[in-house]
Amino acid sequence: MGFAVYLIKKTAITVLLLLGILFITFCLTRALPGDPALALVGQRASPRVIAAIRRQIGADKPFLVQYLSYVKLLSRGEMGRSYSTKKEVLGEIEQKFPNTMKLALAAMLLAAPFGVVLGFWAALRRGTPTDTLLSSISIIGISVPVFFSGLLLMLLVSLRLKLVPPSGTGGIRFLLLPALTLALPSAATFARVTRTMVIETMDMPFIRTARAKGIAGWRVGAVHILRNALIPIVTVMGLDFGSYLNGAVLTETIFGWDGIGRYAVDGIIRRDYPVVLGSILVGTFVFIIVNMLVDIIYHVLDPRVRVFLRR
Amino acid sequence: MANRPMPLKGKLSALVIVLILAFSVMAPLVYPVNPHEINLDCLRQPPGIFTGHFFSAHPLGTDEEGRDILARLLEGAKISISVSFLAALFAMTVGVAVGLVAGYSGGKTDTALMALCDLILAFPSLLLAIGVSVVLPPGTLTVMLAMASVGWASFARLIRGHVLAIKGSQYVDAARAVGASGPRILWAHILPQCMPLAFTLMAVKLGGYIITEASLSFLGLGAQPPVATWGSMISQGMAYIYSAPWIAVLPGLAIAVAAFCFNMLGEALGDSRTATNSGAQAAPQSGSGKN
Repeated sequence: MGFAVYLIKKTAITVLLLLGILFITFCLTRALPGDPALALVGQRASPRVIAAIRRQIGADKPFLVQYLSYVKLLSRGEMGRSYSTKKEVLGEIEQKFPNTMKLALAAMLLAAPFGVVLGFWAALRRGTPTDTLLSSISIIGISVPVFFSGLLLMLLVSLRLKLVPPSGTGGIRFLLLPALTLALPSAATFARVTRTMVIETMDMPFIRTARAKGIAGWRVGAVHILRNALIPIVTVMGLDFGSYLNGAVLTETIFGWDGIGRYAVDGIIRRDYPVVLGSILVGTFVFIIVNMLVDIIYHVLDPRVRVFLRR
Repeated sequence: MANRPMPLKGKLSALVIVLILAFSVMAPLVYPVNPHEINLDCLRQPPGIFTGHFFSAHPLGTDEEGRDILARLLEGAKISISVSFLAALFAMTVGVAVGLVAGYSGGKTDTALMALCDLILAFPSLLLAIGVSVVLPPGTLTVMLAMASVGWASFARLIRGHVLAIKGSQYVDAARAVGASGPRILWAHILPQCMPLAFTLMAVKLGGYIITEASLSFLGLGAQPPVATWGSMISQGMAYIYSAPWIAVLPGLAIAVAAFCFNMLGEALGDSRTATNSGAQAAPQSGSGKN
């Protein structure tokens, strides 16, 4: 039973959550002061044209009707067309999502090992100057906004050293700087969580037992401590990964990376409702899925958690 | 509730924050330069104390319109810190209220309020903040509301958990036994127990608020020109990042220093309270996907 019940419940919650998010987003977009029809044709168009466009995009209908017709559209597996480019929103997202995914994966590959190793190192040297230094560095890491670190990296690595192109979407040469920018704050976060968890685990009796049994120091570290400390670390990684996927807004904007974060912001600024709704829905969906995966990884890492049975 | 004394790093960070604030508030007396005055005679002048044989009139240089960068940084400091602080205060007030009600009343109210929290926490937070700032006319008040409308949920979750933990204590039972009403118990007996925790979380979160404020004004959604904010100074300076890097780099440093001090302070406060409760440190990660 366990897993199937868990999955069904989680799916139901996901659907409800998405409908809720959709509703909030809908309220927000309908509350926008600008008129999308005006944004499309400009202030000087004749009232007749504006009224026609409004009819065409359905902005003249009551709020609830618009909401329901959007839900109906979604249930058919569509997301409508962008007001400004007239392209299918779903198609655009399908095209941009792999880019964001690539960026997120690259950033996670950089951040995860780096953060965990630094955090572990700091924990082993707890209370020494090394620890203080590493902890300060990780606080610096979460204190520098990505649009600033990105700018500095761009200035140094592409403009002065001319090693990689400053902006654009493409292969590894384009990917390096945005991924690094995105990775810095999360490596710092991972280091902090790892340090806290490792220190907490080190004080537990079973570690003393393991040492007393004469297990080699590195083995205690690798097998006993890390495995137990890993659970909250994985949670934070999941959360961060989810937020890369839907919110690498600033990084994508600075480096001209053609992903869904930038797509969403462009949509918000242009009052392009289908774009805003579509990208936020997809982003939230991915975020929830990633969290679900994290729940499952919990179970693999720590049988004590028993996510499936509890629900 | 025995708190360890505040570590040195916390005291130092608090000192730096107070200095920045004092300096920016007293700017008219200490550094009476108009941050909006355009001076076409000294465009993009690099930072430096001496220019030839005179003391420079612009110790941190000038931007692309010849405006004094130090004066603009000071104005930005005032806005950045006050907006972040007020937003955090606002988020805390709403969050504590929701957390108290949810935790104390339990049942359907609790379920509904926590579902709302999960909804907010599952939302891409910067996108939500951007959305709110686009809906309302751009400005500092909008940025504040945008950050608070995203931020209250984590306070609500933390406080609700704490209320659940202390709801069953003897002193609450005692208060109820002598006939205190629900609101009275919440206000006089439970709320005071929650405030230290709420303030700790606020301190932990302030660094992040500084960065969010800067991000929103970087995207042009914050205080509007001619008012200088750190974020907008960076976005204007980006065009000159190669020829005059200090225009963007100095405000970036300012954000980093301010956020660093607030994060350090938050960590120090969190540390000194870990003996009584480790919830505040873990709180930023809680609440998403676990329910």
